[in-house]
Amino acid sequence: MECQECHLRPATLHFTKIVNGDKMEYHLCDQCAKEKGDVMAGSGSFSIHHLLSGLLNFEQHVGENHHHNHSVLKCPKCGLTYPEFVEIGKFGCDECYKAFHDKLDPVFRKVHSGNTMHTGKIPKRAGKNMNMKRKVSTLKETLQKLIEDEEFEKAAEIRDEIRALENGRNDE
Amino acid sequence: MSLQKFIDQAISPWMQSEGPDADIVLSSRIRLARNLTDFAFPVNASKDQREKAFHYIKERLEKEAYHSMGQFEWINMDGLEPIEKEVLVEKHLISPNLIQYSNHAAVLINENESVSIMVNEEDHLRIQCLFPGFQLNEALTLSNGIDDWLEEKFNYAFHETRGYLTSCPTNVGTGLRASVMVHLPALMLTQRMNRIAPAINQFGLVVRGIYGEGSEALGNVFQISNQMTLGKSEEDIVEDLRGVVMQLIQQEKAARRDLLDMSKIQLEDRIYRSYGVLAYSRIIHSKEAATCLSDVRLGIDLGLIKGVSRSILNELMVLTQPGFLQHYFKEALSPDERDIKRATLIRERLNLEDFQKPTD
Ligand SMILES: [Zn+2]
Ligand SMILES: [Zn+2]
Repeated sequence: MECQECHLRPATLHFTKIVNGDKMEYHLCDQCAKEKGDVMAGSGSFSIHHLLSGLLNFEQHVGENHHHNHSVLKCPKCGLTYPEFVEIGKFGCDECYKAFHDKLDPVFRKVHSGNTMHTGKIPKRAGKNMNMKRKVSTLKETLQKLIEDEEFEKAAEIRDEIRALENGRNDE
Repeated sequence: MSLQKFIDQAISPWMQSEGPDADIVLSSRIRLARNLTDFAFPVNASKDQREKAFHYIKERLEKEAYHSMGQFEWINMDGLEPIEKEVLVEKHLISPNLIQYSNHAAVLINENESVSIMVNEEDHLRIQCLFPGFQLNEALTLSNGIDDWLEEKFNYAFHETRGYLTSCPTNVGTGLRASVMVHLPALMLTQRMNRIAPAINQFGLVVRGIYGEGSEALGNVFQISNQMTLGKSEEDIVEDLRGVVMQLIQQEKAARRDLLDMSKIQLEDRIYRSYGVLAYSRIIHSKEAATCLSDVRLGIDLGLIKGVSRSILNELMVLTQPGFLQHYFKEALSPDERDIKRATLIRERLNLEDFQKPTD
């Protein structure tokens, strides 16, 4: 199969991309792929730059009518701004994911065939904390409800349970 | 140094054993991208931050051993000659990116070179496990074990809903890239690969040629890998890739049978001519070498060429790359000089074999 761009070299890169809901097939030689700067999973040399720039431009366009929410998002930990993220196509640190959270779903949907949620492995240590946090927040909800219902005896038990969990975390 | 000795050093020990389906699948690879929550990701980090992360990781890994695997060798990128770096890339032990970022970057490599952990590449840690033949599940199991071991030492950047947080949005979630390297000469000769490659893409997999100074699928060797890393479990990603590769193996086998049934004399002619080129030429370009090596390897797999070891394709594909050629001949070589030295090295390598002349 020949490259759909230059029609000279054989296509060595084949992939599909969802563009505005349509599935597009690409068959490119390495050279044209590089020149296009297109998504080339599995290699470090690709950039998702174009994809991200497209998304940002779209947002700026929409933003023209909504001047009031036009403040620039910035990561408090590493200082990367959202426009900078779009420019480089890379996050600066783990906090960037939280700082840009509201804008990331469409980005991930495009890159990962519509997915935005991790369903794979959970690390033992980082995940243990995660499970504990989840438990504490459920218990706090229960506690709130018990207090509203004036079930103070049960509420005290739950409160102790929350304390024990939170102290457990501090001990680590 | 004798060629045999050079090969023993140049070819990773894990490559010298044969895995399942070795007639078609050359190797299986799992890569996991991981970051630390304590530091900014290497790409955007300041020089000072890169350096801090580097020393933090070095302190905790330099003298560590993973179970029975023995101690990892910690190799500083700063301390290597350009050719040494290129050789590591050609052995697939590091990525070209690690050279680009070689300031405060390192790689940990185990004794048989099946495991490498890149430090301060695009992500803080990149675990890679390579297995001969078709062994994706084995590679995933080992990668997971090493991942758990590393997590005991480092606070991973992990998010409840986004999973493992990576520098690039294309790796987030599992951080997993699974790939196999396959040799598909019959699908190429019968031109069936044209139809198959787009079909593979439908499964969210990427097909690309590897090897060579230029850009083509040299030697009919392709890499097939998953594109998406978020929203599927590690096991499912590997299983989906495995399923497609299993079908690909069946297709390649069918194409090989068809070639033998319908055009045996043409096939033999092609294979023996290629052997002749490799055995006697004095100047050979990497592209021609790759094509001939692929033909000869097919001849070995089909029993048409006897007395030559199967590993010759994998070995010479690695050894005839620019970095290795210059490493072996211990001098910088222009492209023209490389073509001459490449022919020399291939002839010498074939001399180590016991090629049996066909009787008819
Ligand atoms: Zn092209
Ligand atoms: Zn940040």
